Amino acid sequence: MVTATVPAREAGLAPGFDLERVRADFPILSGEIRGRPLVYLDNAASTQKPRAVLAAIEGCYGEYYANVERGVHSLSQRSTAAREAARETVRCFMNAPSSEEIVFVRGVTEAINLVAQTFGRRRVGPGDEVLVTGLEHHSNIVPWLMLCEERGATLKAAPLDDRGEVRLDEFERLLTTRTRIVAVAHVSNSLGTVNPVKVMTAMAHRHGAAVLVDGAQGAPHLPIDVQALGCDFYAFSGHKVYGPSGIGALWGRGELLAEMPPWQGGGGMIRTVSFSEVTYAPPPHRFEAGTPFIEGAIGLGAALDYVTALGLPAIRAWEDELLALATERLAGIPGVRLVGTAPEKAAVLSFTLEGVHPHDLGTILDHEGIAIRAGHHCAQPVMERFGVPATARASFAFYNTAAEVEALAAGILRAKEIFG
Amino acid sequence: MSDLRDLYQEVILDHTRKPRNFGVPAAANRRAEGHNPLCGDRVTVFLEVADGRIRDIAFQGAGCAISTASASLMTEALKGLSVGEARDLFRGFHEMVTKGAPEGAQDLGKLAVFTGVREYPMRVKCATLAWHTLQAALDQQDRPVATE
Repeated sequence: MVTATVPAREAGLAPGFDLERVRADFPILSGEIRGRPLVYLDNAASTQKPRAVLAAIEGCYGEYYANVERGVHSLSQRSTAAREAARETVRCFMNAPSSEEIVFVRGVTEAINLVAQTFGRRRVGPGDEVLVTGLEHHSNIVPWLMLCEERGATLKAAPLDDRGEVRLDEFERLLTTRTRIVAVAHVSNSLGTVNPVKVMTAMAHRHGAAVLVDGAQGAPHLPIDVQALGCDFYAFSGHKVYGPSGIGALWGRGELLAEMPPWQGGGGMIRTVSFSEVTYAPPPHRFEAGTPFIEGAIGLGAALDYVTALGLPAIRAWEDELLALATERLAGIPGVRLVGTAPEKAAVLSFTLEGVHPHDLGTILDHEGIAIRAGHHCAQPVMERFGVPATARASFAFYNTAAEVEALAAGILRAKEIFG
Repeated sequence: MSDLRDLYQEVILDHTRKPRNFGVPAAANRRAEGHNPLCGDRVTVFLEVADGRIRDIAFQGAGCAISTASASLMTEALKGLSVGEARDLFRGFHEMVTKGAPEGAQDLGKLAVFTGVREYPMRVKCATLAWHTLQAALDQQDRPVATE
């Protein structure tokens, strides 16, 4: 017999997974701040870690830790195998063609600097151009600016419209025969805008430019398929996808990585060394000088396994519900101005409250146990574009609840009350 | 301390809503700019110093309630003081917002409303931005201030 009950999901109140059990997987979420239950809404800055990640790191240290790639002894082989298994997990997560195209890095910042300083130095010359967009994080601006200053090139930025979307007509207009590299965020960390990176990549390729996608905010919220996107480089940070901080991954197209010179020199990245000559290891090891963050890579692998098991579509669906609810609640509070209202958004909600500076709001919400970010979000050009010195930002993860969104709205009302 | 009202006292909220000595004094001869790159708060402090005494003081800028009120109350507290007295007051203020005022500490007058800041280490820089800027202005030589 078929019973016609409306699933809770359609009522907009529950995710497609057991939220209580998921929350129980994250030890920190049962903690208190100033005597109040923690409401963690600063996920765009960094996410909390499930027990699976803690266990993977403890397992590495407790059971099989040794240096990788260098030893013939059993522990070294086990550590190496575990780290390489994590590389394969990352490959799968990004749908990259080969795990030899996955370079472990500290995070997106290091990945972009690596590409700028190796690929960029060779590709960009005097009079050339690098194109970014108006919604980039400083980490996708500064390394390119440094490269352009060094090479006598020019950095250009495609402007945003009033909703916080990149103006594609302007983006295309800024692509010229001198554009060598295009670097765009998959998702804006300050506005939540999802960039149409597939379309932008196709445009850039028509002009002969290589494309790097900053996936720091993309990886936590969207399925990544580097082959479908068609880009040339894609980077993400482990700590923003429930993994350890200090580890991340850069995917690069195999033929591009093969022609790139090393970045840092040291152990692990060489084939032969004498005092007169060095030959280098092939990718990815060519770009991984020194003893790497072994347990970090293993923890990242565990984090990606966790979110994959939970299901990326279910994660996205629930985060979209939270974002829609939060947008509705906050838009209904007089004095709240939402900053970033693109139709395609991921779970980031930036706003200002009339008469209350974001830092004061952040302190008041902290008193209620609510963690948000207040400031310029390392995106000062975005703040300038929208004419605000700073914003408050609530950013959601799949472990957040509708009740936490209500707590945020109540906290904002409390701030209004204090500031009269 | 658990009550937010200890941080956001009425005096602070009043000075945030209506900052005193906001602008550029006509005879200013020293000026310094302060910037907190972490939060984007900016303040410019203008002084008219003559014979080792602060004849006039004002500020401009944009920031949170704590930094705006701190700049405003600072200008009120310093007008007419000698440069030495102003530096002493900063020392006392800094000690109060970082460590708390010890027994027998100097009387900070109205500035005592910032005593609650000590409970919020992330906000100490908000309370001291104007004062650090003042110190930079005091360290300068006298010269006419360009107001652009």
